[in-house]
Amino acid sequence: MSDASLPLQAEDLEPARAARHVSGESRLVQWSLVAISLAFLCLFLFLPLITVFVEASARGWQAYREAILEPDALAAIRLTLLVAAIAVPINIVIGIAAAWAIAKFEFRGKSLLTSFIDLPFSVSPVISGLVFVLLFGAQGYFGLWLKAHDIQIVFALPGIVLATIFVTFPFVARELIPHMQSLGSAEEETALTLGASPWRTFLTVTLPNVKWSLFYGVLLCNARAMGEFGAVAVVSGKIRGLTNTMPLHVEILYNEYMGAAAFAVASLLAGLALVTLALKTLLEWHFADAIAASRRH
Amino acid sequence: MSVAVTIESVEKRFQNFPALRGVSLDIQPGELVALLGPSGSGKTTLLRVIAGLEQAERGRVLFGDIDTRDLSLRDRRIGFVFQHYALFKTMTVGENVAFGLKSRPRGERPEPVEIRRRVAELLELIQLPGLEKRYPSQLSGGQRQRVALARALAIEPRVLLLDEPFGALDAKVRKELRAWLRQLHQRTGHTTVFVTHDQEEALELADRVAILSDGRLEQVGSPDDVYDHPATPFVCEFLGDANHLPVKVVGSQAFFLDRPVLGGLTQNQGGPASLYVRPQHLRIVDDAPLALPGVVEHLRRNGPLRRAEVAVEGLPKRLDVDLASQVAPAIGERVRLRITHGSLFAAA
Repeated sequence: MSDASLPLQAEDLEPARAARHVSGESRLVQWSLVAISLAFLCLFLFLPLITVFVEASARGWQAYREAILEPDALAAIRLTLLVAAIAVPINIVIGIAAAWAIAKFEFRGKSLLTSFIDLPFSVSPVISGLVFVLLFGAQGYFGLWLKAHDIQIVFALPGIVLATIFVTFPFVARELIPHMQSLGSAEEETALTLGASPWRTFLTVTLPNVKWSLFYGVLLCNARAMGEFGAVAVVSGKIRGLTNTMPLHVEILYNEYMGAAAFAVASLLAGLALVTLALKTLLEWHFADAIAASRRH
Repeated sequence: MSVAVTIESVEKRFQNFPALRGVSLDIQPGELVALLGPSGSGKTTLLRVIAGLEQAERGRVLFGDIDTRDLSLRDRRIGFVFQHYALFKTMTVGENVAFGLKSRPRGERPEPVEIRRRVAELLELIQLPGLEKRYPSQLSGGQRQRVALARALAIEPRVLLLDEPFGALDAKVRKELRAWLRQLHQRTGHTTVFVTHDQEEALELADRVAILSDGRLEQVGSPDDVYDHPATPFVCEFLGDANHLPVKVVGSQAFFLDRPVLGGLTQNQGGPASLYVRPQHLRIVDDAPLALPGVVEHLRRNGPLRRAEVAVEGLPKRLDVDLASQVAPAIGERVRLRITHGSLFAAA
């Protein structure tokens, strides 16, 4: 043991030299990278966000209140909340099912499914909306049948919900898949061998393990569901007070030169984004240990 | 019920890769059996087939005289411990151990008080009393391993199945746990099957060792049996260091390059053969018949023993020789080696 100390001392010098080499030379590079990132953030994120709030309050508090409490605006807010309340839970269920299938099973067509989950991200939202018009519109494939049964999908709530589900589907699944894959199936298999039913295994083992990823996914999914413009614009028909969501309402107001009102409603949407961000950050602070623990091996 | 687990010509393939090609094995009640083999030999697959986590394509597994194909995973009542323990991260130690009892159908579920008592008892058994409230992330590797074992024992399993139980632990903890598991097995008497790639672990711990290679069972037997009388060259080489000499058998003697090196052979047929000799079965002798001349080229330490590497003319690899005496030969010294024990296999 005694003669082992000599080579050890020699080795001790190595890491120190290496460390100085890595961190010593690049002060300038470090600063410029930080400066570029900050400048970009200011120009593309903070500046527009501040503009929204500044413009919204340009005509004073009274005008702001009126813009938001105007009946068409209230209807748009109600519709947006309703659509999110339907689309988000559906996407949670489907997202969990898809993530489960991909992470825990081996089956033919798995890689195909994995790449198709991202499809809504890569397809232009306008096309996503058009698809539903083509399927369910008056001239669409199911148009006649739907008309015969007096079911209205396009230019009504169901169409908006369908388009929103389509566009926001990937958020939950994409958060869950890598996390579930990294967790493997050992805990679930253990639970099953210990005699738990599959349902109990899911509720007591799987769900608690992925709850933070699920929560992130739901937050992002919700933010996008409320903010979606393109797909919804195509299927909604933009009937004021009936099929106008908040983003559509903002556009209409803006096109009618009602800038302050448009920004007032827009500030609500921007506020939602800020709340989402704040919630996410708060959770990360508060439950950093729990999140780290549930992601660890 | 004389046999606890019967494995009957089980076959299993993954896509086109045959993981198990007809494995049969009987496991006696209370026995501690090691499934030993290199990675890819099918040992873990066999364990998972016994557990019911994989389905065999052919053959069957019986618990006593019940065909396990008729049993659901729940009714199999096996205690499976994964290599990385698979403790439920979001539950405390107590909740982990209680999980199996709480998962029973309502009629068979013990009262909460009874469950608490059982958990305390099991934690006592694994020598971690009072840690009910801890989370798995607050435990050391060895402690996690023992909690996983307690969780499996809680359901009073018919068979305890351990996948590389010490694989993720450092050498010192591994040795301690090995001794502890042996004691635990003696105390509780559970029929236990464990998978390992560490031959030392298998030989030290198990009542019987089953050696697998390429999805086939090479040999099953007591540790002494398989170590001293390997059935195949694979078993011989896998269980420990072995020197390999190509020999020719004539009569009762084995010849290496026309020089007789081993005598007293009985049941061997004549012809070319492979002779395997462990380092401790080569002795440096002054002079003897049946000795192999060579030159010491290297000396090194191998745990408690010193080992010489001896070059023999006509052999591409130097022979490893364990030195029993304190007096070591010098490098470059000419020595004569005598084979005290060897395993002979007819050349394929």
